[in-house]
Amino acid sequence: MKYLDEYRDSRIARKVVDEIRRVQTKPWVIMEVCGGQTHSIVRNGIDDLLPNGVELVHGPGCPVCVTPLEMIDKAHAIARRPDVIFCSFGDMLRVPGSEGDLFTIKSEGGDVRVVYSPLDCIKIAQANPDKKVVFFAIGFETTAPANAMLAWRARQDGLKNVSLLVSHVLVPPALAAILQSPQNRVQGFLGPGHVCAVMGYEEYEPISARFHVPIVITGFEPLDILQGTLMTIRQLETERGEVENQYSRILGRDGNKPAQKLVFQVFQIGDRKWRGIGTIPKSGYHLRPEFAEHDAEKLFDVAQIDTRESEICISGEILRGIKKPKDCPAFGTLCTPQSPLGATMVSAEGACAAYYAYGRHLKKNESVDIPVHSVGGVA
Amino acid sequence: MNRPNSAENQPATDANSQPDSANQAAEIPSPLLGSCPLPIFQHKNIVLGHGSGGKLTAELINKVFLPAFTNPILDKLDDQAVLQINGSRLAFTTDSFVVTPIFFPGGDIGTLAINGTVNDLAMSGARPLYLAAAFILEEGLAAEDLRRVVDSMGTAACAAQVQLVTGDTKVVNRGKGDKIFITTTGIGIIERPVDISASRARPGDKILLSGFIGDHGMAIMSQRENLEFEGAIESDCASLHGLVDAMLDACDTIGANQSEHPIHCLRDPTRGGVATTLNEITSQSKVGMFLRESSIPVRESVRGACEILGLDPLYVANEGKLVAIVAPEAADSVLQQMRNHALGQNAMIIGEVISEHPGMVRMETGVGGTRILDVMFGEQLPRIC
Repeated sequence: MKYLDEYRDSRIARKVVDEIRRVQTKPWVIMEVCGGQTHSIVRNGIDDLLPNGVELVHGPGCPVCVTPLEMIDKAHAIARRPDVIFCSFGDMLRVPGSEGDLFTIKSEGGDVRVVYSPLDCIKIAQANPDKKVVFFAIGFETTAPANAMLAWRARQDGLKNVSLLVSHVLVPPALAAILQSPQNRVQGFLGPGHVCAVMGYEEYEPISARFHVPIVITGFEPLDILQGTLMTIRQLETERGEVENQYSRILGRDGNKPAQKLVFQVFQIGDRKWRGIGTIPKSGYHLRPEFAEHDAEKLFDVAQIDTRESEICISGEILRGIKKPKDCPAFGTLCTPQSPLGATMVSAEGACAAYYAYGRHLKKNESVDIPVHSVGGVA
Repeated sequence: MNRPNSAENQPATDANSQPDSANQAAEIPSPLLGSCPLPIFQHKNIVLGHGSGGKLTAELINKVFLPAFTNPILDKLDDQAVLQINGSRLAFTTDSFVVTPIFFPGGDIGTLAINGTVNDLAMSGARPLYLAAAFILEEGLAAEDLRRVVDSMGTAACAAQVQLVTGDTKVVNRGKGDKIFITTTGIGIIERPVDISASRARPGDKILLSGFIGDHGMAIMSQRENLEFEGAIESDCASLHGLVDAMLDACDTIGANQSEHPIHCLRDPTRGGVATTLNEITSQSKVGMFLRESSIPVRESVRGACEILGLDPLYVANEGKLVAIVAPEAADSVLQQMRNHALGQNAMIIGEVISEHPGMVRMETGVGGTRILDVMFGEQLPRIC
């Protein structure tokens, strides 16, 4: 298939891996920022191809993982209302809040719908004028333009029954937070390709310069990830810390200016809570005051919802690359993909969920330091 | 009650029922004091994922249905029961069909209802004989739609050489059903000396797949979600007993030993797709599997649609494909025979059964890495990123 097979060619992959082996002289810890990159790594078995000294750490760029528990509880409170049609991207449906997930709410009679585009909510609202249509606007800068377009259209068309529950987060403040941590292990980043397709990568240059760390804006196909890894290792081996663009077939330094303009017409930057990490200053978007009548947090009485996360869970340290899932006492016992305690076990892309699956690989004598409930019982 | 995952068939103290669970409210009280407690079913309500064919379906079967109905035939958890009656071996199965929309490219709910049950019989090596059909109709269903569905059933039954010999009809109030639900039950006779079961895969066996995967699921999804892809994707809905017959013939001609028939397992990978079916076989046979992604046939259109939606074709439903686990010495002849049949032209050997990592399916990816094909938890969901 055109535009896919070229980037999945096993012969070229082997050549890039050989080149990584040739260039690499010492162990390096590299974080892939995006959940989409993690997904591609797991799905294509890329970590399996890399030499031992190259450790890929799953970053905080999975929008499902980092949406705070409190926001999920707010979403559930709204979705339970009989006057609401609650619309969401598909993979948010299974994320558990304090009590059940959106599937549970659906089974109890809530009108919960999966949409592929936020603009689908416009049609739903027009067809259901007696209902309040609420869209769960989550994600990073990638989904921001489409989510902003929904708010803009709702205001433009005077659709009073459309609102957004906004939980938007931004990548650069998260990278800075990771690098500022005294326990930080990450030495280079595969930067977020699709986020930069919208925003460009100029805003990563000061981070790279300040912390002297390579940030290679990287795509999502296997060869993108291998090439991004190679470019990062080349920088590390030559003690450079720069922003480079592996994903040049898609994006340039400036990003998509019209999309940025729309985003800033609708959203303003403010503090945001991240699941597992806590509040990071100026790390997310909120609707501007002129969109208040489309702001679900203001329209529905959910301000008092303030949920605490499990105290056992160490997903914040895992998201920052400080700890591994095996360091967690709850891993595989109290916390499983079926009943996750925290962010990194929630999504299939999360590091703990990936380790949980990986643990099934292990032979009995290897299972000591990764306690996993494998098929057939307790490992 | 098809396609459970016996990996979940664990005692009440397994990983899924740790005392941490906040929602154990639905614990089912034991009917007999002092007897073993029934397994804990953690959901207060049935959710859609309980019908997905994944882990939630297995949980429902293992924790709710099996404890109530347990018997040696049911406990095998094959797609059909094999019954010994007066020296004859009969295959017996039932399946319910609910699909939106009821008409889709390549078929409709009627063709599915006939072929689905015929295929479950065929997967035991049986010759399908008779079907029963029960209809639940929603008030307001267009009579013309019902006629179209019934005509399709007649045509499909004729093509599959089965007779529909008994049935039932109920009508429910508007809003209490979704146009039409059909349940078909089938009976067939096993005339050959075969012993085909999901528990019979053994290390060294080859894994054969009869053709392109994911056609049915993506045909339905593209209709349901109004996704307009260039060139409609058609469902692969078809009766597979002719193909199975040809495969069994191939084994007869190579002089298969009666006590050791080379076709060990047959399964039609419907909901949950090929990945789920293979996981079930590894669990039931206590073996591992190793696949090569590059050998698995996926149509360009299906691949494209899956890429756009963030779905994996290995987990997408098929309605006219089968997976066969075949002894290595017979694999090439069986493959050749499959390719000579109209429904197996694109058949491939996609991997091997191995003794390592029992209960787990691993795959060499197109790019040369390896990954685990796990069982789906519930519904496969489009991803945000």
